[in-house]
Amino acid sequence: MTQKFDFTVNGRPVSVSLDNEETPLLNVLRNELGLMGARFGCGLEQCGCCMVLIDGAAEKSCGKPVWSVAGKTVTTVEGLGTPERPHPLQQAFIDEQAGQCGYCLGGILISAQALLARNPSPTRPEIAAALDDNICRCGSHNRIIRAIEKAAALIRADGSADARGGVNA
Amino acid sequence: MNTPVLPGPLADNPRLDRWVTFPAPGKVTVGTGRVELGQGVLTAMTQIAADELDVAMECITIRSGDTEFTPNEGYTAGSQSIQFGGVAMRQACADVRSLFIDQASKVLGCKTGELSIRGGSIFKNGTPTGQDYWTLAAAVDLAAKATGSGTRKAVADFKTIGRSSARLDLPAKLFGKPAFIHDMVLDGMVHARVVRQPNRGATIQTIDEQAIRRAAKAPVEFVRNGNFLAIVGHDETAVDLAGAAAPKHVTWQNVETPTPLQAEASWLIQRPAIDRVIGAPEPSRPQGRARFEQTYTRGHLAHASISPSCGLALYRDGRLTVWTHCQGVFPLRAALARTLSLDASAITVHHVQGSGCYGHNGADDAAADAAIIAMAMPERPIRVRWRREEEFVYEPKSPAMAVKVRALLDEAGKPVDWTAEIWSGTHNYRPGAGGNLLGAQALPNPPPEPPPGDVPESNGGGATRNAEPLYDIASKRIIHHLVPETPVRTSALRGLGAMPNVFAIECCVDELAERAGQDPVQYRLAITSENRARAVIEKVAAMAGWKAGEPSGTGRGRGIGFARYKNRAAYAAVVVELDVEETIRLRHVWCAADAGLVVNPDGVINQLEGGIIQSASWVLKEQVRFDDGVSSFDWETYPVLKFSEVPEIDIALLHTRDEVPLGVGEVTAGPTAAAIGNAVSHALGARIRDLPLTRDRIMATLLEE
Repeated sequence: MTQKFDFTVNGRPVSVSLDNEETPLLNVLRNELGLMGARFGCGLEQCGCCMVLIDGAAEKSCGKPVWSVAGKTVTTVEGLGTPERPHPLQQAFIDEQAGQCGYCLGGILISAQALLARNPSPTRPEIAAALDDNICRCGSHNRIIRAIEKAAALIRADGSADARGGVNA
Repeated sequence: MNTPVLPGPLADNPRLDRWVTFPAPGKVTVGTGRVELGQGVLTAMTQIAADELDVAMECITIRSGDTEFTPNEGYTAGSQSIQFGGVAMRQACADVRSLFIDQASKVLGCKTGELSIRGGSIFKNGTPTGQDYWTLAAAVDLAAKATGSGTRKAVADFKTIGRSSARLDLPAKLFGKPAFIHDMVLDGMVHARVVRQPNRGATIQTIDEQAIRRAAKAPVEFVRNGNFLAIVGHDETAVDLAGAAAPKHVTWQNVETPTPLQAEASWLIQRPAIDRVIGAPEPSRPQGRARFEQTYTRGHLAHASISPSCGLALYRDGRLTVWTHCQGVFPLRAALARTLSLDASAITVHHVQGSGCYGHNGADDAAADAAIIAMAMPERPIRVRWRREEEFVYEPKSPAMAVKVRALLDEAGKPVDWTAEIWSGTHNYRPGAGGNLLGAQALPNPPPEPPPGDVPESNGGGATRNAEPLYDIASKRIIHHLVPETPVRTSALRGLGAMPNVFAIECCVDELAERAGQDPVQYRLAITSENRARAVIEKVAAMAGWKAGEPSGTGRGRGIGFARYKNRAAYAAVVVELDVEETIRLRHVWCAADAGLVVNPDGVINQLEGGIIQSASWVLKEQVRFDDGVSSFDWETYPVLKFSEVPEIDIALLHTRDEVPLGVGEVTAGPTAAAIGNAVSHALGARIRDLPLTRDRIMATLLEE
């Protein structure tokens, strides 16, 4: 039986109709809403490629049934910033060239955003620990940590709500 | 006058319009057979073309890995993209530039020596002429063959080569834009999952279609051809559910499962093998010399790409179009033609980026899966995405290897004769080397297994890669035992045999230094006369503040490792500092590398860092386990290095303005593995010669002490 699920994605209300209420949020984002920033890595909630913010908390969307986000606010990496108006994290990742293949980066940006929201001045070990739910196979770890340190400093210096929270977060 | 010798890839693909075209005013399209695997090659190629054509990087659109449009450069592999492909690109662009200068001199009625190009515009003695690439393009025949007569820029004239350039592909990935093959959506596309044949020769006994359909919770179709079985449907969730449930509802005959014993390299030593000796015969007697012998091993490794493999295919009007993230679109096209009994000219293969592959993972096979299904369902675009478990279990593994080193020593304890005896499965089961596509083995009348082989030494060797030490040793040889029957399919992973071979050589050299009562750095320098090798060793020792005679067995250790990749690409020396308790904690890694001419310094440093971290992960954590089949099937059963386990890394580049680039992507794997092995030995005061350096092995070594 087709059911309708209403929630907010990147600041916009969305409504999707699905037969299977267990459909993972990741598949809804990618296949129903055309948002490709959250990526499939394992489908087992192990690698973090699919991370999104759900009501501000970083969550793996591959194992999150769509019914569980009804009425909630979801932010994907597309909701952090745009090329014209990048989030400080996205700008810092470009400045530090933090990535190789880049497949893991959408999830890592989301993890980092959740970290900075709860801890605006994380130490290097705190950043690393926060990213232990995200796998990077290419070995860009140190660049990624540097970029997050830099973004944190940018956000602290700027102090604007926009910089802290991103465009839609 | 001598005819210029064309760089290999350009000689193979001499038509210049495969390399460079000028499609519209202000626009340049550059073609390369090399593909983006996350290593930044397309950015580096754009830098090269910008300098050699004298155009801005922003004018250039790069096309890569496409059987319709680009040069055929075989595989993007072996750290050869810039060392060979980049040099070919330079020459192709220089030839094109020269043709345009010739044409401009005709149009303008002046000598070529009076002309120059800036920003794509032609200048005569520094004054604009109103001519540019685009005004002249109609009169210049780029279907002409390269001659190699265009003069490549002198190093001093480079504007973008040698300067760090931001990766062109990174922004799309940071803003969540479609960037990967996984993000492609074709009109009318359907999703598919394959129910994998457990092994070659296994045959389907029963299929409980109803159970699979129930698991899907939405309509799905079955495609079956022999023992190839796939589930297809519009709803990816349904297809995923069916694909995950299907292995429980399909039974097979003739199933063979690898055993735990076969996971260890020691299993290889008693197996039937094809034996070769490369180099001088081994002396029959030690000639009164002291003799040192040790065996070093490593288990099977997985590529463990972060994304499972994906392939798309469409069969329409007798033509097959395939989208793939594999490393070689032309060899894949040839293999698809063989598999599907199609003419290669009826197949187009386009490369689209995937996640980092580091070698021959499931990419070719996923493309073949999509193609096989597309042939059964004409007119319907098919998207196959492997499941995570499927990628771990069915991707080709890097083979386990055992390396026995025998050295004869002079009175000072220096080696005068060196034998590396290697046992390994093949490192090359690529389709281009005759390897079968996985899906092809399930089809009726499956192709025979190709004759056993490995990468020839002329191409860097497979199991023998870097088996010969670069050190000053009077006589050296390699004894290669190629084990044709391996428990799982084995093929190329970053560096091939270089990692286990350099681990063996460099651990052995440390053992010899200790035996001779010498510091490992000083001992290496005493047996190294090649200046560039000495330079990286001396540099890394200085960077790390290396001190001779630091006590061993304290729980904190330092170790060094060195190699020149393939003994003909980049040089790297690595020092590692670590602590060992029950497990190993990496503290700091220093690396000095000489990659010759560096196109994008930050890109090279990124590759070196990535290689160090991946090698550290291999050495500390990784081994594919077998237990009634492949039992490493997800990130919990095949853990890799985590963010909190990654050390600080410092890198220095030497000789970056040389004329010749040296491939760099794989050079740090061996030296890092060896430096970790040597540092652990220093920390423990006892040596572990088998990888990975697990907690169990550390505890066993401590107990022995």
